[in-house]
Amino acid sequence: MAMAQEPLMATDIEAYLRAHEHKRLLRFITCGSVDDGKSTLIGRLLYESHLVFDDHLAALEEDSRQVGTQGGDLDFALLVDGLAAEREQGITIDVAYRFFATEKKKFIVADTPGHEQYTRNMVTGASTADAAVILIDARKGVLTQTRRHSFLVSLLGIEHVVVAVNKLDLVGYSQQVFDAIEAEYRAFAGEIGLSDITCIPLSALRGINVIEASPDTPWYHGPTLLAHLEAIDVEDRPGRTPFRMPVQWVNRPDLDFRGFSGLIVGGSVRPGDSVRALPSGRTSTVSRLSTFDGDLDMAVAGQSVTVVLDDEIDVSRGDVLCSDDQPAEIADQFEAHLVWMDDHEMLPGRPYLIKLGTSLVGATFSQPKYKVNVNTMEHLAARTLELNEIGVCTVSTDRMVPFDPYVSNRDTGGFVIIDRMTNATVGAGMLHFSLRRSQNVHWQALEVDLAARNTMMGHGSGVVWFTGISGAGKSTIANRTEQLLHAHGVHTYLLDGDNVRHGLNRDLGFTELDRIENIRRVAEVARLMADAGLVVLVSFISPFRAERRLARELAGEGRFCEVHVDTSLEDAETRDRKGLYRKARRGELANFTGIDSPYEAPAAPELHIETNACTPEQAAEELLLQLRRMGMVS
Amino acid sequence: MTSGLTHLQRLEAESIHILRETVAESDRPVMLYSIGKDSAVMLHLARKAFHPSTPPFPLLHVDTTWKFQAMYEMREKMAADSGMELLVHQNPECVRLGINPFDHGSAVHTDMWKTQGLKQALDHYGFDAAFGGARRDEEKSRAKERIFSIRSPQHRWDPKQQRPELWRTYNVRRNQGESMRVFPLSNWTELDVWQYIYREQIPIVPLYLAAPRPVVERDGVLIMVDDHRMPLHGQTPELRSVRFRTLGCYPLTGAVESTATSLTGVIQEMLLATTSEREGRVIDFDGAGSMEKKKQEGYF
Repeated sequence: MAMAQEPLMATDIEAYLRAHEHKRLLRFITCGSVDDGKSTLIGRLLYESHLVFDDHLAALEEDSRQVGTQGGDLDFALLVDGLAAEREQGITIDVAYRFFATEKKKFIVADTPGHEQYTRNMVTGASTADAAVILIDARKGVLTQTRRHSFLVSLLGIEHVVVAVNKLDLVGYSQQVFDAIEAEYRAFAGEIGLSDITCIPLSALRGINVIEASPDTPWYHGPTLLAHLEAIDVEDRPGRTPFRMPVQWVNRPDLDFRGFSGLIVGGSVRPGDSVRALPSGRTSTVSRLSTFDGDLDMAVAGQSVTVVLDDEIDVSRGDVLCSDDQPAEIADQFEAHLVWMDDHEMLPGRPYLIKLGTSLVGATFSQPKYKVNVNTMEHLAARTLELNEIGVCTVSTDRMVPFDPYVSNRDTGGFVIIDRMTNATVGAGMLHFSLRRSQNVHWQALEVDLAARNTMMGHGSGVVWFTGISGAGKSTIANRTEQLLHAHGVHTYLLDGDNVRHGLNRDLGFTELDRIENIRRVAEVARLMADAGLVVLVSFISPFRAERRLARELAGEGRFCEVHVDTSLEDAETRDRKGLYRKARRGELANFTGIDSPYEAPAAPELHIETNACTPEQAAEELLLQLRRMGMVS
Repeated sequence: MTSGLTHLQRLEAESIHILRETVAESDRPVMLYSIGKDSAVMLHLARKAFHPSTPPFPLLHVDTTWKFQAMYEMREKMAADSGMELLVHQNPECVRLGINPFDHGSAVHTDMWKTQGLKQALDHYGFDAAFGGARRDEEKSRAKERIFSIRSPQHRWDPKQQRPELWRTYNVRRNQGESMRVFPLSNWTELDVWQYIYREQIPIVPLYLAAPRPVVERDGVLIMVDDHRMPLHGQTPELRSVRFRTLGCYPLTGAVESTATSLTGVIQEMLLATTSEREGRVIDFDGAGSMEKKKQEGYF
C-alpha cells in the first residue's frame, strides 16, 4: 500500500468500484537483460501498487536475506524471478505475464526472460503489447542488445516506446550521461522507424522516477515511468482503421436466427452499415448487433459481438466482414517478414499451414529474399531461416485470403505458421503487400485436365504398387511411405488388399479368375484416383506378372512405380502375424501364395526392397527418393 | 488498438474470443465447472459468447463428495439456469475405497478424486478441449502459463511441447489423441473477477459472504463442520462469523473470520487484505513447486 493511498476503498467501496470500473488497460513489454534491472523494475511496480501480500512479502524478506543481492534490503527482483529455476527444469518459458493496477489503469506486463531464444520470446511478448519499455544501463549506454530490442519492437509494430535509462544512481544522477544516451538512441530509433519515444532517467533499485519524481534529478522535468504509462493513449481514434471482423463462429440456434460471431479487430460498426464479406466479396447490410446484454447501437474494435445481416449471404468461419467502402484486400501471394521459432529450419517450398485471423490455409514460402541480422539490421543472403532468424519471403497460399498490411492492422496482417505433421507453432509472419493483386486477375476458363489438377495439388500423381508374398511387410512399408508423403504435403490414398476385399471386391473369391478380376478392379480404381491428382499406394500380394503389367499399362508408363517387397518364404512363415501360413499348411486355405500357388517375382521393379536389410523407415525414405526421380513428388 | 473500452470490457471480449475459437476448432469441448467464483465468471462468459445459442458444450464437475452442501445446491441451480448439460464424475475407485481427507490425507484425497477423476472423465467422454478457470495471477509459477495448453493422450503436460502464443491468433490444432486445456481467464486478476461479479450480478455460492457458521480450529486453520462426517476428536464446533476466499472440499478449505455480509464488503476486505488468496488452500501446503508437479501429473 506504499503508493496506493486510497482512502476511498476503505470509506466508500461503492464509489471506489465505480471509479475502478472505468479503468483502461495497457499491455506493455519490458526489454532488457537481467543485468539491466528489469526484474527489479517489475518487482518494484508490483510492490508499490499493493500487489504483494504479506505472506509473499514475508517470503521475500526471507529470500532477500538468504539469496538477495541488496545486503539485506528487499530485493524486488526476487518477486518476479524464479524463472531461472524453471529453466533448469527444462521448462520452456517464452513470456511471463504480470499484472498490476493503479487508480487509472490496469497493466499487463509481458516479461521475456533469458538471452537464448530471445527473438522468439520477445516477438511473442511484443505481439500483444501496446507499448515497450526498453531498459538501458546508464553505465553502458546504447548497446547491441538495445538495437536488437528496438528493431523487434519496430518490426512488431509497437508504437509507444519508453526508454528507461536505469541505474542512474551509479553515474551520480548525471544529466550529461542521460542526455548523451537519449541523443544517441533517438538518432538510431529514427532510422528504424520508431517515432513516439520517451526517455526517462531512473533507478529501479532506489525507486527514482519510477512512481514519484525524485529530487535527485532536478534537471528532469518529464513524467515518472508510471505517470507516463498511465498517460499513454492507445485509443483507436475514430476512422483510423476501417471495420474488420474475422468470423469465428456461425451462430444458428434455430431457423429464425443466423448471426456471425467474432471479435472486432478494426474500426466500428452500426446497424444499417453496409458490409462486405471477404473473400467472396458479397455485400449486405447489418441489421442487428446481438449480445447477451441486448442489441447494441454500435460496436467498436476490441468487442466480441454477433452480427446479424439483412440477407442470407453465405458467410462462414475464416471470412472477414469488412466495411464496404474500405474492404480488406484479397490475394494468394504476399511479401512478408517471417520470424522462425522452431528447431527445424524453414523449408522453402514445403507446405505449411498458416492461421491468419480465423482462417487456416495451406501456404508455402519461397527461399528468403534476405535475412536480417537483428543486431546490425544488415540484410544477409539466406537459403532458409533457422530458429530465431528473421527474413523476408514470398508467401503463397492455397486459396485467396483477405488481409491488411500488418502496419495497418496487426490482427488481419499477422499470422502464425503451423507444421502440418506436428501441429506445432513454428513461426510467425507479418504481411506487407500482395504480389498479385486479385482485383486485376481474371480467371481464364481452364480446361481442367491432369496438368491443371497437378498444379493445384502442388505435385505429380501416379500409382505406387507394392507387391510381395503375404507377411512380407508391404502394408507396413506402404503405411510409412504414406505418412512420409503426407508430411511432405503430398495428397495420397492407400488401397490395401484386405480392405478392398471387404467392400468393392466383396463378391470375389480366391480362384484364379477372381484374383485377376480383383486386381483389374483395383488397378482401375488406382488409375482413376491418380487421374484425380493423388499419389495412390496399392498394397497387394499380386503374385502374377501379367496382372501387374495390366496395372502398369492402365496407369501409363512413367506413372507406375512397382515396388517389390522381398522377404524369404521362411522369414514370412516364421513371422506369420495373421496365422495364415499355419492355416495354409494345415490345408485350410487353398491357393495360398507361396504354399500351393506360385509367386512370380518382378523382373525389373522400379524399387527392390529386401526387408531383412533395412527398416520400414529406411525403405520409405528410399521410395521417396525414387518417386522424386520419377517426378511424382517434387 | 482499441477505443473507449474499459479493462473489464477488454478482458470480457478476450475471454469470449478464446471460448469461441476453442469451440470452432474442437470436436468435443467441455467446461470444467468447479462451482467457485472463477467458474461462475467463466460460465457467465460462455453464456455471453454463444448467445442466443446455449453454450454448445456440457459442464463437467469432477466431484469428490466432500464439497460444501451449498456448492452442490449452486451447481444444480446454475445448470438449470444455463440450460446446459451437467455431467458429474466421481472416481468409482474412490467411492469404493471411501477415500477421504481425514483417513487418507489431503495429498491422496486430491490426487485420487480430482487428478485421477478428471483423467477418467475426460477419457470416458472423449473430450478434446477442456475449459478451466485458472488465472495467471494466482501464483508466481502460473505467470508463464499459456492460454492453450496441450496435453498428451495420457494427459501429461510436456513443458517442451507448449506453443508460443502470438497476437490473438491461437493455434488450436492437435494431433490424434492429444487434448487441450484452455484457460479463458488467464489475464484476469482476483480483483477483476470480483469486480466483474459485482458489475454483472453473477450468482455466487453464499459461502463467499460472511455468516455465522460452525467451525473448529485445525492446525491454525478454521474448518467448517459442514456435515456429520467430520471427526471432531472431542472439539466442539463454535459459531463464528466467517467466509471463504476459495471453495473446495470443506475439510481442506480454511475460513477467514469476517463480517463482510455483502459482495461489496467482501471486495473491500479483499482490497485491504494482506494475505494472498491461495493461502486458504490446504493443498498448497504440500511444499513449494507442488502446483507444478500436480500439473505435470494432469491436475488442472
